[in-house]
Amino acid sequence: MTATTDTSSPGSAYFLDHAVEAEQKATYAIIVDNEAGVLHRVVGLFAARGYNIESLTVAETDRAAHTSRITVVTRGTAQALAQIRAQLEKMVCTRKVIDVGADEETFERELALLKVAGTGAARMEALRLSEIFRARVVDTTHESFVFEVSGASSKIDKFEALMKPLGLVEIARTGVLSFGRGAERG
Amino acid sequence: MSPRPTLAAHTPDPATDLASGAEIVVRALLDQGVTTLFGYPGGAVLPIYDALHQDTDRHGERLHHILVRHEQGAAHAAEGYARSTGRPGVVLVTSGPGATNTVTGIVDALMDSIPMVVLTGQAPTHLIGTDAFQECDTVGITRSCTKHNVLVKDVNKLAETIHEAFQIATSGRPGPVLVDIPKDVQFAVGRYVAPKARGYAHHYAPQTTGDPRKVAEAAAMIAGARRPILYTGGGVINAGPDAAKALREFAKMTGPPVTSTLMGLGAFPASDPQWLGMLGMHGSYEANNAMHDCDVMICVGARFDDRVTGRLDAFSPRSKKIHIDIDPSSIGKIVRADIGIVGDAGEVVQALAAAWRQAGFGEARARLDPWWRQIDGWRSRRCFAYAASDSAIKPQFAIERLWAAVKDRNPIITTEVGQHQMWAAQFMGFEHPNRWLTSGGLGTMGYGLPAAIGAQLAHPDALVIDIAGDASIQMNIQEMSTAIQYGLPVKVFILNNEWMGMVRQWQELLHGERYAHSYSSALPDFVKLAEAYGGVGIRCDKPSELDGAIAEMLKADLPVLFDCRVERAENCLPMIPSGKAHNEMILPDFAGDLGSTIDAAGRRLV
Repeated sequence: MTATTDTSSPGSAYFLDHAVEAEQKATYAIIVDNEAGVLHRVVGLFAARGYNIESLTVAETDRAAHTSRITVVTRGTAQALAQIRAQLEKMVCTRKVIDVGADEETFERELALLKVAGTGAARMEALRLSEIFRARVVDTTHESFVFEVSGASSKIDKFEALMKPLGLVEIARTGVLSFGRGAERG
Repeated sequence: MSPRPTLAAHTPDPATDLASGAEIVVRALLDQGVTTLFGYPGGAVLPIYDALHQDTDRHGERLHHILVRHEQGAAHAAEGYARSTGRPGVVLVTSGPGATNTVTGIVDALMDSIPMVVLTGQAPTHLIGTDAFQECDTVGITRSCTKHNVLVKDVNKLAETIHEAFQIATSGRPGPVLVDIPKDVQFAVGRYVAPKARGYAHHYAPQTTGDPRKVAEAAAMIAGARRPILYTGGGVINAGPDAAKALREFAKMTGPPVTSTLMGLGAFPASDPQWLGMLGMHGSYEANNAMHDCDVMICVGARFDDRVTGRLDAFSPRSKKIHIDIDPSSIGKIVRADIGIVGDAGEVVQALAAAWRQAGFGEARARLDPWWRQIDGWRSRRCFAYAASDSAIKPQFAIERLWAAVKDRNPIITTEVGQHQMWAAQFMGFEHPNRWLTSGGLGTMGYGLPAAIGAQLAHPDALVIDIAGDASIQMNIQEMSTAIQYGLPVKVFILNNEWMGMVRQWQELLHGERYAHSYSSALPDFVKLAEAYGGVGIRCDKPSELDGAIAEMLKADLPVLFDCRVERAENCLPMIPSGKAHNEMILPDFAGDLGSTIDAAGRRLV
C-alpha cells in the first residue's frame, strides 16, 4: 500500500519501541461524601478498570462535613496512576483526592495485632523483640502473647518475619493510613 | 415515617409545600422543564403513575408520557430525545425487571455521554434486602454504569435529589443519573423544594473554562504547524450548537482539514472543502492518512477510542497532540497529550480563536498548501468507491439514493449497529449537529428504532429515518407498536442482506470464512410485519425500482418498514484491520486475500 509519500515516515511504525514503563507505588487519600455505597464506588472503580488495591482503610473523619477519608495504596505506571487519580476525582461523591505518597513530606502508619504462641526460650525471645519494636502486649496466657505494633508497613513486615520462627499463629493488619507533615491541611 | 395518605385525598399544599413523594416527583419534573418522558408502569411505580394521571386530570397533559413496549426502548428513546434536542431524556420504570431492562440503555448513555435521568421504583424500604417481589439491588447494579445514582429513603430529600440528578446529568461530561424511589417513599408526605443553582448535597462543579496559559500555548503550536488536523468528537455536539459554530469559525480561520469520530458527525458541515470525512476503522482514506502524517493534532471532545486509533503504538507517530476535553480523565488515558486542556469544547475553541487573533497569527494559509496537495492526493483514491450492479442493490447504492432523496429535508438519521451504520456514516453528509443519532461507544443493536421514536417526539415535523439491518431491527422491533400508538411516522430503512453483516465480514476476514451463527435464518416478512403493527411495509430488490420505492416510503404518513434487499456478501470498506495502523487501510479495490493481511495478534483483537 502506498499510503504515504513522505519519506521521513517510519513507515512500518510497528517497529517503534513500545517501552515498558516501570510501576511505582502511590497512596491516595480520597475525601468523599459519607453516603451509602461510596466505598463500593471506589472499590468498584479499581476492579472495573483493572487497577490493584494493595491496602485500603476507611472511616468517617469529619462528622460535621459528613465526609470520610479513604486511604488506598496502589501500584501502576505513571500513566495508570494519573488515570486512577483522574477517575477518582471524577466521581460525584469525591470532594478531594490527596496524593499523599507523592513527596517526602508524608508518612505512613499501620497497626497490627500478632498472636505468638510458645514456651521457654522462644517465648522470651518474642517478648524481648517486642520491646525493641515498641510493641505492646495486649493479651497474655502461659502459652501466648498478643502484640500490638504500629509504624510504617515495612516495620510491621519485619516484626512479622521475626515472629514467624517464634510461634506466630495469626496476624491482623489495619491497612495503611497516610498523612502529610507540617501545619497545612492535605 | 409519615402515615400513608390516600393519593386521591391529598393535593400539594402551596402554603406548606407538603406533598406525597409521587407528587413531588411530578412537580420536580415539571420544574425541571420536562415535557416528555418514556416509561412503563409496574407495581413499584404505581403511585407516580397515579400522580401523573391526576396531574393531567387537573392541568391537562403537562407531562407527555410515552408508553414503550420494553424498558430498553424507553432508555434508547430518551437517548434519541436527548441527542436530538440537547435536553436530558427522562425514563420512568418500575423496580426489578423494569430497572434491569434499562441497563443497556444506561450504559449506552454513559459511553456516549448522553444526559439522561432514570427514575426507578423500588420495593418499600422495610422490604429492601429481603428478596421481595420485583426487588433488585438497582443502585448496586447501576453503580458502575451511571454517572451517579441514589436510593432515596427519605421523602424530604426526594425533590432535592431529583433536581441534583438533572444538574449532574446535564453538566460537565453529560451522562445518565438514576434515582431509585421505594414505594413507601412515593406514598409518604414530605416537603417539596424548588430547583436551585448551587448548594446541592454533592460538591459537583466540573471545570468548563480552559486554562488561558495552555490555550495560548496551543494557539501558538497550531500557528507553527505545517500539517495540522482537527479531530473532533461527540463532545462538540454535546457542548451545544454554539460549539459547532465555534469549531466552524476556528477551522475557517486557521485552515486545517477537519475529521470527526462517528459520534461527532454533523458538527462540521460535510459540504465544506476542509471536511475529510469520518476517521477510524471504517473512516476515509484521506482522514486516516492525514491523522497518521499530521504534525499537530487538535483533538476536541473526542477520546481516542480503539476504533479511531487502530494500532496504538503506530498512531500518528510524529505529531504533537492538543487534547481538549471536559473530562480530565479522558486526557492522557489512551494517548499522551502534549497540551491537555480541560474545559467545555465550545468555550475552549472560542478561547483558542481569541488567542489566535490576539497573537495576530492571521490567515497564513499558504504554508498549508503542500499539506493540502498531499491530502488531495489521498482524496483522489476515492476510498468509498464500490462496484455498481444492475442486478442487485448494493447497500452503498441504497444509502446514496436514500440520502439523495432526503438530504434537502435536513433529516434526523438514527442507526442500529453494524455494516449499515458504517455505510450510513460514510455516505450521508451531515451539515448540522444533532441530526445523527447512533450508538458509538457501546455499539447497541436495537438502538435505532427507539431512538428514532424519541427524536420524532421532540421534532414532530422532521423526517426521521432509522437505518437498520435485518438482524439489528429485530432487537427492539416491538417499538413499532409505540410508533403507531403515538402517530410517529418514523421510517425504518432495513438493508436486508440476510446476515449479521459485520459479524459475517469479520468471520470472512478473520475466521477462515467459517460463518458461525451469523446467517439470519427464519427472517420475518418485514412487509407483513409492518402491516401487522398497523404501519406500511415496502419491499424493493431491484436497483431500477429503488428511487420509486424510496419516494413511496417518504410519502407515507405512518411508520414504515422498508425491506431493502441488498447484495448479501458486500463488505464494508475501507477498513483498518485489527492490529494495523492508519496508513495500512484495506481499500475497496484491494484484490488480495483479506484474511492474510491480518496477523495472528490482530485476530485476537476485537
